[in-house]
Amino acid sequence: MLYRTAGQFKTSYAADHALFPVRQDAWLLGVILLFAFVIFPLTASEFTFKALLTPVLVYSLAALGLNILTGYAGQLSLGTGAFMGVGAYACFKLITIFPEMNVLVAILASGFFSAAVGVAFGLPSLRIKGFYLAIATLAAQFFLVWLFEKWAWLCNYSSSGSIQVPTVEMFGTPVFGPNALAIVQYYFVLGVVALITIAAINITRGRIGRMWKAVRDMDIAAELVGINLMKAKLSAFAVSSYVVGVAGALFVFLWRGAAEPVAFDIALSFRVLFIAIIGGLGSVLGNFLGAILIVALPVILNTLPATFGIPISSAMVEHLNTMIVGALIIAILVIEPHGLARFWQIIREKLIMWPFPH
Amino acid sequence: MDVRNVSLSFGGVRAITDISFDVKVGEIRAIIGPNGAGKTSMLNVINGFYTPQEGTIWFHGKERKGMRPHHAVRQGIARTFQNVALFKGMSTHDNIMTGRSVHMHRNLFWQMLWHGPALAEEIEHREKVEEIIDFLEIQHIRRTPVGKLPYGLQKRVELGRALAMEPSLLLLDEPMAGMNLEEKEDMSRFIIDVNRQRGTTIALIEHDMGVVMDLSDRVVVLDYGEKIADGTPDAVKSDSRVIDAYLGVAH
Repeated sequence: MLYRTAGQFKTSYAADHALFPVRQDAWLLGVILLFAFVIFPLTASEFTFKALLTPVLVYSLAALGLNILTGYAGQLSLGTGAFMGVGAYACFKLITIFPEMNVLVAILASGFFSAAVGVAFGLPSLRIKGFYLAIATLAAQFFLVWLFEKWAWLCNYSSSGSIQVPTVEMFGTPVFGPNALAIVQYYFVLGVVALITIAAINITRGRIGRMWKAVRDMDIAAELVGINLMKAKLSAFAVSSYVVGVAGALFVFLWRGAAEPVAFDIALSFRVLFIAIIGGLGSVLGNFLGAILIVALPVILNTLPATFGIPISSAMVEHLNTMIVGALIIAILVIEPHGLARFWQIIREKLIMWPFPH
Repeated sequence: MDVRNVSLSFGGVRAITDISFDVKVGEIRAIIGPNGAGKTSMLNVINGFYTPQEGTIWFHGKERKGMRPHHAVRQGIARTFQNVALFKGMSTHDNIMTGRSVHMHRNLFWQMLWHGPALAEEIEHREKVEEIIDFLEIQHIRRTPVGKLPYGLQKRVELGRALAMEPSLLLLDEPMAGMNLEEKEDMSRFIIDVNRQRGTTIALIEHDMGVVMDLSDRVVVLDYGEKIADGTPDAVKSDSRVIDAYLGVAH
């Protein structure tokens, strides 16, 4: 009823290529954006920004980066955490070497470093695929974290070996560091994430996106329709690592405030991979759904029992969280391998048909 | 196109031994032979998937050396597969659009912006794709993921994807395998129309002799990697070596 498509006709290919061929989708997105840009900032507390909103956006972006590589181009990667680290360290070096650099430029530029590293570690993908490639990217993960620990130049020889985010202003407002307001940081992250998401949607629905999907679905056939496999795979690694690197820079500079090399270890890679899998491989929307679930779950587990007066220790929350996430991953892999995004797709199709079954 | 003295072997197994034949512009050329005769290997050699140990391939009067399949596509050679090789996660429309990748050039920057040149290019090629969709009568499955389609339609989509490359030479590997009579008739019609309307040269492998004899202008017959006959369908049909190869020889 709400989703009736009757009466919406396309008279040109341009209209048919619109992002939302169905008008209701555009309205729905409008409502979500209204919440993200106006209602949440007006109502959220400092805690909500720090524990929910900003992390959801950062993880969504990281998962989007991984999804471009794994979901669209079909190249499995376990090195996401380390590529996020490359972005974070690159951003740190940029703002300490060029203190007058605009922070937005610094964040967006740091992605290029991780893109270069990503391409270098993507070279094995030209020869190996599947699990063997995953192992090769795992090597990147361990090597890069080791490098972050051993190469003191990266953290400006700080005695703790971690990066401390200095206070940096943009247009007179502190954006980085302890003095920055959570709402400013939220808007900054929201802007960057929105920008990159739009770009990612556009890439994935155009020629390059089709090239990646062709390589994912059948690489031999892709080569025989004239796709240069080397270009397709390496471009996927470059774009993916760029997005992941920017997410890493946001992760440290606009959320955590400080980071040790250990923050980028394999646990982070797996968390991002879980978000991508739960959300749905090969979908942009899924990353956001997955991130909301993974970030919100521990917060809900923390607050919900307390509101009902059930005593629950923080260790128990941690255990429960791990168990539920584990169970969810298994359940989703069994029930719907395309994740939450596919669930939404099915619901939407049913709504369009409703009340008829076909 | 001209195949001259091509031999191909995998280790000790000789797949193709010293085969020469030519394909003239605008004709339908059939390659037939019993199972394991080297027909598919021959196609793989032609479109650059295998590099022959001996012999040369001449295309448009030029010799081709050590090439990759995507180069072959750029030169105008497209093919379909014996077992359907579509991109299963994509819709019919996207599969055929992928076939046009070679003709599309907007780079990453324009793709990111989408509006403007990238969209204009997309629409320009969409029109070409719609022509092919109309031609193959698959309008109703335009948005369906190809993994959900029945086999006969998948074969048709695959032909569409090959046509989207606008080849001058189209290689069809058993386009009618596993089809019923009606689907075969449809497919034969499409092959003839492609040949007549678009002027595409076609080289096809097929086991259904009725189809081969009706469709093709000339036939080359392979057996155990060797050429045993070459000529018009009628000449090949009455060739004693061909009859022996297919029916066996009394011991």
